[in-house]
Amino acid sequence: MLGTTILLAIREIRRHMLRSFLTTLGIVIGVAAVVTMVQLGNGATAAVQQNISSLGANVLQVRPGQGFGRGGGGAQPANFREEDVEAIASQIAGVRAVAPQTSASVTAVQNASNWQTTLTGTTADYFTVQQWSLQSGRVWTSAEETAGKAVCVIGETVADNLFPGSDPIGGSLRLNNVTCDVIGLLVSKGQGGFQDQDDTVIAPIRMVQRRFTGNREVSSIAVAIDERYDADAVQASMSELLRERRHIEPGEDQDFNILDTAQISEALTSTTTILTMVMAAVAGVSLLVGGIGIMNIMLVSVTERTREIGIRLAIGAVGKEVLTQFLVEAIVLACIGGFLGLLLALVLTAAGATLVQVPFMFDVQINLLAFGFSAAIGVIFGYFPARRAAALNPIDALRHE
Amino acid sequence: MAEPLIALKAVTKTFGSGQTAFQALKGVDLEIEEGDFVAIMGPSGSGKSTTMNILGCLDVPTSGEFLFKNLHVEQLDRDQRALLRRRYLGFVFQGFNLLARTSALENVELPLLYRGEAKSARHKAALDALDKVGLADWWDHTPAELSGGQQQRVAIARAIVTGPAVLLADEPTGNLDSERSVEIMELLTALNRDSGITVLMVTHEPEMADYARTIVHFRDGLIDRINGEASSSALAGAG
Repeated sequence: MLGTTILLAIREIRRHMLRSFLTTLGIVIGVAAVVTMVQLGNGATAAVQQNISSLGANVLQVRPGQGFGRGGGGAQPANFREEDVEAIASQIAGVRAVAPQTSASVTAVQNASNWQTTLTGTTADYFTVQQWSLQSGRVWTSAEETAGKAVCVIGETVADNLFPGSDPIGGSLRLNNVTCDVIGLLVSKGQGGFQDQDDTVIAPIRMVQRRFTGNREVSSIAVAIDERYDADAVQASMSELLRERRHIEPGEDQDFNILDTAQISEALTSTTTILTMVMAAVAGVSLLVGGIGIMNIMLVSVTERTREIGIRLAIGAVGKEVLTQFLVEAIVLACIGGFLGLLLALVLTAAGATLVQVPFMFDVQINLLAFGFSAAIGVIFGYFPARRAAALNPIDALRHE
Repeated sequence: MAEPLIALKAVTKTFGSGQTAFQALKGVDLEIEEGDFVAIMGPSGSGKSTTMNILGCLDVPTSGEFLFKNLHVEQLDRDQRALLRRRYLGFVFQGFNLLARTSALENVELPLLYRGEAKSARHKAALDALDKVGLADWWDHTPAELSGGQQQRVAIARAIVTGPAVLLADEPTGNLDSERSVEIMELLTALNRDSGITVLMVTHEPEMADYARTIVHFRDGLIDRINGEASSSALAGAG
């Protein structure tokens, strides 16, 4: 009997294609909105986490300025000096490795091709701290570092653009007129949230300072902490040391900041999770509105089909069968809407992920949940019109114009 | 004499209550034999439609008894009456009442769906019924593509597809011209004669009533006369 009822429902839906489509539109949009929001939110969370973890685990980033970025107006806070780096390395307990960094924007040229990229000057420790490994070649030696030799390690994006189809190791490229030997190629880290992490050239800091920035300053310091030490304690003593070295009076705001990657990761993850929840809730309201839309149309449909219901009752349908028919119609409509919504969500998530550059994440759970919810909406909002149809008096229904 | 198929005993029907109450039937006694062809006539408001609704198990009497195959229909609930209709009755209406945008075949199949018949059996029975009314070649046409006479014949096919004991026709020729009306009446006569279906028909037109074997005249909620003879209930009502 249920098979027959479903058949009848599908026949009825096919008979009114446009109306059925408009009825389900609310559910389609609701389901698509909820699923897209959650999936994009998950993608954003993943992007944030990936971005943070690419900075390295148990790593403190020390930068001039306050808070995130370089701070607002006022004088640009001074960069660090090489002595600061040495002081951190030698005076703070629990520091495993320290990597000073200074960077410059450069045009890399090889034969006829050129490529705009970022040059980072640092020490060999940088590769350990930032968890970079090489797919081929080697890192510079300490002798090369001290001598400031013109050697560099390049990321995959740079290699692909300047050495298409050939091995970059042993080759050379010109960075703003400085010829540099390529000695190593990094393993790809891929898209790190909002930027391409493989679009980089890394060289000994002494060389970069001498040939590019023209000073002996360090623009940021990455500090890897020994796991056996408390990150907060290390951070506190480092802060104290730097305040002293930069002559900041007690009570005065410090002009540098120390970021703990674990803390940032936690904070940003919880922020994106909350945002995702809020957006999903808003989208959930539209799903509810879609359900009311179904009820609306089903009620109209019951009135419009009063005579048909009368015929069915007259030829021997019992109330329960009419109720089941209308209920199944509502559920089938809602399920079709839910399914179309999932397809739409798939397209929207893929498009949205490309647009805002977050990874595409298909969430099975939210898809099942949204589909189940749309079916439930069919039951809840279909029941009232169906009961009304089943309760009709066949004589009155047959007389209905 | 065998038990009648249908018996109404002192049936009354009152609509509304209190001051606005209207008594449509005032004590109707009627017996219908199996295989009869009965025409019910009478002016508007005489109670013939109310009687027809009760005979069709669509409505219940306010008082009195309605026996169908010795079953007290007045004691059955809504769903039990629906099952009775499904099993024994076929309906033909003045306005055809076919499902719009639905092929003749699907319309005729409808009662079989509620009987839970398998698809192939449904198809065969529906095509047989369409063949009986002479529309086998029109099975895939929707009502909008059929003439009034053809629509009524599809409706008759739908009514007989289940092999009912009784066919109830409420002014079946009311929306048709005289030529189509004659066709429909001949079809009903043939079904009554060949398949032995008891036919109950409400009509306004004496020439349609002439096809029937028994003609029941209603007046003011009572049976006035049957085949020209004054009814006992009418006498009782008059007295």
